Amino acid sequence: MNQPRIDLSPPVSDEIRKTTCYMCACRCGINVHLKSGPDGKDRVSYIEGNRDHPVNKGVICAKGASGIMQVTAPSRLGTPLRRVGPRGSGAFEPISWDEALALAVSWMKPLRETAPEKFAFFTGRDQSQSFTGWWAQQFGTPNYAAHGGFCSVNMAAGGIYTLGGAFWEFGQPDWERTKLFVMFGVAEDHDSNPIKIGLGKLKARGARVIGVNPIRTGYNAVADDWYGITPGTDGLMVLSLINCLFQAGKIDLEYLARYTNAPLLINETEGPEKGLILKNAETQPFVIDKRTGQPAPWDGQGVQPDLGAVYQGHRTVFQHMAMRYLAPEYAPEAVAERCGIPAERIHALASELARVAFDESIEIDQPWTDFRGDRHEKMTGRPVSFHAMRGISAHSNGFQTARALHLLQIVLGTVEVPGGYRFKPPYPKPVEAHPTPHFVTVPGKPLSGPHLGYVRGPEQLALLPDGSPARIDKAFSWENPFSAHGMMHMVIPNAHAGDPYRIDTLFLYMANMAWNSSMNTGAVMAMLTEKGPDGEYLIPRIIYSDAYASEMVAYADLILPDTTYLERHDCISLLDRPISEPGAAGDSIRWPVVEPDRPGQEGVRGFQSVLLDLGVRLGLPGMTKEDGSAKFKDYADYIVNHIRRPGVGPLIGFRGAEGNKEGRGEANPDQMQAYIDNGGFYQAHVPQEALFYKPWNKAYQDWAVATSFYESPQPYLFNIWSEPMRRFQLAAEGHGAIQPPDHLRARLKLAMDPLPIWTPPSGDLEAKGWGYPVHALTQRPMDMYHSWGTQNAWLRQIRGMNFLYLPTKIWQEHGFEEGDYARVISPNGGITVPVAHMAALNENTVWTWNAIGKRKGAWGLDEGASEAKEGFLLNHLISELLPERGDGQRWSNSDPVTGQAAWFDLRVRLEKVGKRSQSEPQFPALKLVVPKGRARS
Amino acid sequence: MTTLPQSTTTKLGLVIDMDTCVGCQACVTACKGWNDQGYGAPLSDQDPYGANPSGTFLNRVHSYQITPEDAAPIIVNLPRSCLHCEDAPCVTVCPTGASYKRAEDGIVLVNEDACIGCGLCAWACPYGAREMDADAGVMKKCTLCVDRIYNENLPEIDREPACVRACPTGARHFGDFADPDSKVSLLSAERGGIALMPELGTRPVNLYLPPRPKDMMTASPLAPLLDIRASGFAGWLDKILGKIG
Amino acid sequence: MNPAPSVILFSTLSGLGFGFLAFLAAGLVPVHGFHAFALWFVGYALAVGGLLFSTLHLGNPQRFLRAFSQWRSSWLSREAWAAVLTLLLLAPMALSDWLGFDWPRLWGIGTALMCLCTVFTTSMIYAQLKTIPRWNHWTTPALYLCFALTGGAVLAGQGWFAVACLLGLAAALLAHWHFGDRRFAEVGATIGSATGLGPIGAVKVFEHPHTGQNYLMREMIHVIGRKHARKLRVISMLLAVVMPGLLLVLAPKGPAFLLAAALIHLAGAMTQRWLFFAEAEHVVGLYYGQR
Ligand SMILES: Nc1nc2c(c(=O)[nH]1)N[C@H]1C(S)=C(S)[C@@H](COP(=O)(O)OP(=O)(O)OC[C@H]3O[C@@H](n4cnc5c(=O)[nH]c(N)nc54)[C@H](O)[C@@H]3O)O[C@H]1N2
Ligand SMILES: Nc1nc2c(c(=O)[nH]1)N[C@H]1C(S)=C(S)[C@@H](COP(=O)(O)OP(=O)(O)OC[C@H]3O[C@@H](n4cnc5c(=O)[nH]c(N)nc54)[C@H](O)[C@@H]3O)O[C@H]1N2
Ligand code: SF4
Ligand code: SF4
Ligand code: SF4
Ligand code: SF4
Ligand code: SF4
Ligand SMILES: [Mo]
Repeated sequence: MNQPRIDLSPPVSDEIRKTTCYMCACRCGINVHLKSGPDGKDRVSYIEGNRDHPVNKGVICAKGASGIMQVTAPSRLGTPLRRVGPRGSGAFEPISWDEALALAVSWMKPLRETAPEKFAFFTGRDQSQSFTGWWAQQFGTPNYAAHGGFCSVNMAAGGIYTLGGAFWEFGQPDWERTKLFVMFGVAEDHDSNPIKIGLGKLKARGARVIGVNPIRTGYNAVADDWYGITPGTDGLMVLSLINCLFQAGKIDLEYLARYTNAPLLINETEGPEKGLILKNAETQPFVIDKRTGQPAPWDGQGVQPDLGAVYQGHRTVFQHMAMRYLAPEYAPEAVAERCGIPAERIHALASELARVAFDESIEIDQPWTDFRGDRHEKMTGRPVSFHAMRGISAHSNGFQTARALHLLQIVLGTVEVPGGYRFKPPYPKPVEAHPTPHFVTVPGKPLSGPHLGYVRGPEQLALLPDGSPARIDKAFSWENPFSAHGMMHMVIPNAHAGDPYRIDTLFLYMANMAWNSSMNTGAVMAMLTEKGPDGEYLIPRIIYSDAYASEMVAYADLILPDTTYLERHDCISLLDRPISEPGAAGDSIRWPVVEPDRPGQEGVRGFQSVLLDLGVRLGLPGMTKEDGSAKFKDYADYIVNHIRRPGVGPLIGFRGAEGNKEGRGEANPDQMQAYIDNGGFYQAHVPQEALFYKPWNKAYQDWAVATSFYESPQPYLFNIWSEPMRRFQLAAEGHGAIQPPDHLRARLKLAMDPLPIWTPPSGDLEAKGWGYPVHALTQRPMDMYHSWGTQNAWLRQIRGMNFLYLPTKIWQEHGFEEGDYARVISPNGGITVPVAHMAALNENTVWTWNAIGKRKGAWGLDEGASEAKEGFLLNHLISELLPERGDGQRWSNSDPVTGQAAWFDLRVRLEKVGKRSQSEPQFPALKLVVPKGRARS
Repeated sequence: MTTLPQSTTTKLGLVIDMDTCVGCQACVTACKGWNDQGYGAPLSDQDPYGANPSGTFLNRVHSYQITPEDAAPIIVNLPRSCLHCEDAPCVTVCPTGASYKRAEDGIVLVNEDACIGCGLCAWACPYGAREMDADAGVMKKCTLCVDRIYNENLPEIDREPACVRACPTGARHFGDFADPDSKVSLLSAERGGIALMPELGTRPVNLYLPPRPKDMMTASPLAPLLDIRASGFAGWLDKILGKIG
Repeated sequence: MNPAPSVILFSTLSGLGFGFLAFLAAGLVPVHGFHAFALWFVGYALAVGGLLFSTLHLGNPQRFLRAFSQWRSSWLSREAWAAVLTLLLLAPMALSDWLGFDWPRLWGIGTALMCLCTVFTTSMIYAQLKTIPRWNHWTTPALYLCFALTGGAVLAGQGWFAVACLLGLAAALLAHWHFGDRRFAEVGATIGSATGLGPIGAVKVFEHPHTGQNYLMREMIHVIGRKHARKLRVISMLLAVVMPGLLLVLAPKGPAFLLAAALIHLAGAMTQRWLFFAEAEHVVGLYYGQR
């Protein structure tokens, strides 16, 4: 045979540069291969995962592997733009950066000097929040937040208030050891690749994976067992599991006694202290020591806390919880119908959890010492682990549901033990170690501290002296006291309504608020363009930074075009949202692996550097020298030289003049290069002895202090009983000086229960009898990132349109056929969309892929693009306010505790409309702000 | 060479685990990215930003729903690329000899310099593993990353197909089926690897691991500690706290 | 399968051409001089034109010579050889007829058989494909040969022999449809076997790999054509068999009617050929839940 000779060892590329991916917040390490193009300039030729990187260990996802298409996308903005036509028309003129920044300064400077709160700065999928937040703090406005409030704050806050950490960035299952893994409401998640790697490990080991999700796709499709739960009822099912475990006595009493506030006593004296944790004379909580029957310090050496103690009529948290969860209302038989899961299935899950946790426990030969000073010879593991995300958090009962899930983990003794769920440094971090919100404005001065934080009681709410909300989004107000991430989804509606006050300039960064990131998209577009009687827009000025011609661009007055992720410096910091692993704290950088010099793109500048420039022009402290000149050359210079606390800066690695200090140390001018040489990241490894039991492990606490996470050891007990919540209940009951408005009392009393409870999602109350029997959900497609995958020539072939998936029952009931469209109606309006049948779906649920629908004219696409023609959003059906239900109030469509947007409470009804060729509503095509994309370049 | 080698000493191919594949499409774009700049002509796209985009891909991930007789419906993802068949009909139909199966390792390739773009091989392939590139007018197909797996410019650990390296769940395995002790042989033996459309007589080298049985949890309910209704909360508390004495 | 015009034109015209040439070569049309030149020219034009149309289907036609290399295994390559050889070997007969050399007819009869061989190789390009069960059957070569013979016979004015051919063609068509309709099931490929998931339960498509179009779907999955299959079968039978037959039997003899019969037959052949593709289901469609 003579077969052709082929070159089996072709050169792969000229050079590999290692940086960090950006197409989602997973932040994988990537190897960017470069070849020099015909013009001699470096061009990206191929992108693959970095094998040494702690996040992805070499693998990559569909978006990351096609990042090259993001850089060459025709939709990229090329130069600053000033609006010349009416807002929303898309008519712009290109201007220089000097003009653009001068214009911005002319709007912002007077505000800073007179009324800083009239300037609001909100960012979307921002990966530099410690910097943008700090910048806003220097400006002095109380109005700053990123997108967490409409994303997953329930998950984050529910975790912090209970465990001192949550899922994703805060912690993850012990993939190596867990034997039973249960995930609730996860489609893709932020931790995309690590979850997939983890699932792969479990599958390879033959460990059991259980998916609790109304929809059985993706991770849930490979799960060994599927619980197709009715949306919004997970909390109820979890409490029912707890009921089963309590009934059977299958709970880790030792763990509860030692590491949680279960043995603390609850004050049962009527009055302002009722329900708070009983304190001793030194205002310290205490336990009853089983050895003596007497009060003893909660953290005393050798103390054996008694869960069953009653002390002067005050009972332990344990007894309160047992009484609540043993109640028949939580029996599987009582919840089965509501949850859409047969009682036997709940029983089976409970006993499987108990069996694996208690009968298959594991041990690691690793002595360690706890915070009480007690030494343990071994680390005992309960190899059951959980993960949950927006399927839980994006409901209006999500905060309490997240708490319930954490309670389940605690009861099984599976948090921070081998085989269970493990924190990622700098977590664990109890509520007490977090800042409280800062919001008091003084014209011309910075804010005294960070905007966002964790409220411990009514006195920390962000309220003005007259009791009205201090923030434009009403975060940290009585309506949603624990809104730890701010409330991005309320900014535009509130600013439009002038409630609580009017603002002047809205500065948005990387958030497609005129489209998929808003509820009630059409109404939001109207709010952005509505004018007052004076002929001024109700939101007078909007500045926006995007890298691409998104739908939002048309609604801004000034556009600051950003670079893409391969062309700029970035910093993934422990001050913010790091890339740690349970066994190592980690942070990373991006650096310009190519120059933004593609034709037409020479005019873009990295947003963070622009922000610093703007800061200097505004004379903001922290970024300006005495003489008014810039303290930092650019963002890269800031990353290296900014000092947050003495010895602590954005990056923990290669600090100190020698570049050999970790965590703490003076700035090192060569730090950036050291990161680049190290593959773009740094890891500080947790010592062997400190790998588990972190909140209570002395070795861990000492290491955490040395590595700069806190200034002194912070051991703590898990908060089964949440005192901060009880303080709000007390206020609602009329105790204390700071009182909620009367119309919120009943709601607060219910929502701020110090023990996890389940209440029906508030959207459901509306649904009852109103004729919206069907739940409507969205899921992240693994191969698209919100709106911004659309411009990717490869990805849009994979998913260029979406269908509404209908379960068999609904499909047959209405006699749908392939190719049909349906009218989908919610209390907020109707849309007409293509449908498809899906069998593996909760029978009362319909769903679609998130953010595939696009507006005509956006993203540099042809007007006939399927994304715009057939693709659609559910967002038109969702409102930020619930319909009025007879009490004169339009309650917000969010969690009453955190303000988390309740995207998934949506209820609809369907009508068959037969064959159509495009979805409705269709909005007028946007004027192109970039040339229409043609061939792939 | 249009005639097939009698036998090959190594039989390189993939095992794809349908029990593990979450359908993330990483292998699809990793493959597209690698092959867009590697072996032969780039994988072109037509009308990439237009109303009807279309392009050449060597690997596509399907998704199926299955309704078993007596269990809840399931979804299974199935990545589909060339199976490097032992009796590859795509090779024997080729009039130019552009299609051939390598004698040394069994990889089925297209010599693009010889391909006239007649499309017959794509007709002959049962699995849709061949796509004609509309720009180059030549037949494209999975090369099993022949330009990676022996590539001395790559570190040894990276000498595996781009899709395998990318796959986040580790659902794709690469190896030599002729070696009974290779990972792919062991996996397919252990998990009952299956050939797609065996009735077409192509004898695929690539095998698929079927999904494991689902929804089989058989745990029986937990035995209650005692009858709470009868003994009350105090009785329960006594009993449970007695447990840790 | 996608009924691409180039392939339809190729197979019908070259089939007709070689069929007609076979009759000329066998000496069944007694002609001389310019008349012979014209008829041979028509035969060559049809055959060569058809072959040229086939190159429109190629992505890189400039490399067509390579297609001669694989005659040992590839029917397409064999077809190329057969066509070219046949056209070359026919030339002496054509010259003989035109210039009146009266070279031995045995040569002509041999080359007539080669014409049929060429048509057979064409048919085998389709019939060999296991992936397209409808084609993968003896009726495919039978049908191609019948078309070639019938077309040739009609055009060559073969009277009752042509009528017999028409009847043969009708039988071949019916057989092709009859067996073709059962072939897919006979081969046994199902979405269950294509995915290997059949043992678990009933398999249905949930999502296509891409929402966008691709080569495979355009080329191999042609659902639209089959909707009109019944109608088109009747039309092709009418055009290819019944109407030419009626013309031959009932109409007065004469070149105009012959030509009309041949053209109507050709239209029928093209309709049938369109349907031959449109009706053919490739097993790859199973992956898309479409056939
Ligand atoms: N590829 C990709 N990755 C992304 C993103 C992206 O756009 N694309 N976006 C990123 C962002 S911003 C976020 S917030 C994360 C979100 O990541 P996920 O938390 O995975 O969020 P969603 O995709 O919204 O999926 C929510 C899941 O919850 C399920 N669900 C809904 N209601 C319920 C319920 O009541 N109970 C249960 N048990 N399940 C329910 C839905 O079926 C769905 O599977 O993903 C991030 N990662
Ligand atoms: N129906 C429904 N709606 C939802 C959700 C849901 O589950 N269901 N989920 C909600 C959630 S959790 C989230 S987080 C939001 C997501 O909402 P967003 O954070 O708004 O997400 P994107 O649509 O990705 O918009 C981000 C914008 O950033 C731009 N961008 C991309 N890269 C860069 C860059 O490098 N620099 C700059 N300056 N800009 C860039 C993009 O072009 C895009 O316009 O959507 C929310 N909307
Ligand atoms: S998961 Fe994908 S898009 Fe997200 S950072 Fe990792 S490679 Fe990039
Ligand atoms: S899968 Fe198709 S292309 Fe690959 S060897 Fe088999 S028949 Fe040929
Ligand atoms: S398309 Fe190319 S490789 Fe395929 S059969 Fe034709 S010549 Fe051979
Ligand atoms: S082996 Fe290579 S060419 Fe084949 S599918 Fe995988 S990445 Fe693509
Ligand atoms: S990369 Fe792996 S998990 Fe993802 S679709 Fe491909 S085979 Fe499946
Ligand atoms: Mo999000």
